[in-house]
Amino acid sequence: MGTDPLHELTAAYVLDALDPADEAAYEEHLAHCAACQEEVALLSGTATALALAAGPADPPDALRGRILDAARAERPNVVPLRPRWSAPLAAAAAIAACAVVGLGVWNISLHHRLDRTESALRGVPLHGAAGSVVLGVNGRAALVVTDLAAAPKGRTYEAWVIDGTSAASAGLFHGGEKTVVVQLGRRVRHGSVVGVTVEPAGGSAQPTTQPFITSAAI
Amino acid sequence: MPRDLAHLSDEAIVALAARSDEVAFGELYDRYGRVAYGLALRVLRDEALAEDAVQEAFLAIWRGASRFIPERAKASTWILTLVHRRAVDLVRREERRRADPLEDTDLAGAERSAEDVAWLRFERERVQGALRQLPDQQREAIELAYYGGFTQSELAERLGQPLGTIKSRMFAGLTRLSELLDAPAKGDAWAPTPFTN
Repeated sequence: MGTDPLHELTAAYVLDALDPADEAAYEEHLAHCAACQEEVALLSGTATALALAAGPADPPDALRGRILDAARAERPNVVPLRPRWSAPLAAAAAIAACAVVGLGVWNISLHHRLDRTESALRGVPLHGAAGSVVLGVNGRAALVVTDLAAAPKGRTYEAWVIDGTSAASAGLFHGGEKTVVVQLGRRVRHGSVVGVTVEPAGGSAQPTTQPFITSAAI
Repeated sequence: MPRDLAHLSDEAIVALAARSDEVAFGELYDRYGRVAYGLALRVLRDEALAEDAVQEAFLAIWRGASRFIPERAKASTWILTLVHRRAVDLVRREERRRADPLEDTDLAGAERSAEDVAWLRFERERVQGALRQLPDQQREAIELAYYGGFTQSELAERLGQPLGTIKSRMFAGLTRLSELLDAPAKGDAWAPTPFTN
């Protein structure tokens, strides 16, 4: 596990046994340490086994109703803004958050449009258009948009994977179909945002306009 | 309108809950409420507090469902991690921790199905068997931390050992436990999630 003493805290972290200061330090470390992320994923599964081994018990019948009532009182569930979003994206999301975003494309048939070895389960909602970003494994992802008008003559839509302030081109498409599926040419990671801009035909190396479609943070 | 969600995976149910689907959220509670309550009760040893922990955890699930990423963890891991976290937070606040072993909870409750009973019993025996294979000191560190809610520095003090020793015992013990549980533990953590069960 290398030499960083924080690596050693993985077990205590997944057991919820770190003191608050250690936990904050470890989580900061975890955000940048791929080895620890893998270790946490593995050992979290083991902690789940410990949870199951505690043995189930019947909660009072009334608990179910209380929880559902409390949940109902909290919605609508708007995807929260995250501080790490860049300001323009946060602004776009804030506007979009006020609109009702339809999500009609999250369905089984989508599986067959994507790599069959992957399960396309997770749809990250879009702001600015109906659709979602569907995540496969290892950061592979597809952008799915419905009811998007064709790009204006001489222009193209360009998808971007945006990490912090840097945007990487992830594919060109034209729209005009009921549903368009764009396999993203870049991998996404935790915190990435997928955006779409209108660009001159042939695409641009960097966005020349503000994204008019943005996803929630992956 | 009633719908049958039984054929959907946990991850698919979470995805529906992320879209404010209350029926799906109820289904999630029906699947995990008893395991969650059993875990909370084991840590808290108090029925009212265990209810609080389960309620807080499920509301965290409701609020956080849209941020759940199935490629990173199984839904069961995510859910039970939240339940454990709430239970530990409460036990620390209430100063309720106790270290003596808890008697077995009765498994013969009103389970959803005979398969559930059999699977939970199988899983539980498997984990307990694996725990028994750990060196005593490693098992003690893991059980006191996970079920007792003690932090590693509290354990060092309680057991009269240097903090580094406690860290090593936890790490070695949990890693060994993971190996003993082997394929399921590894597969559970990273395998792509099937759409249906």
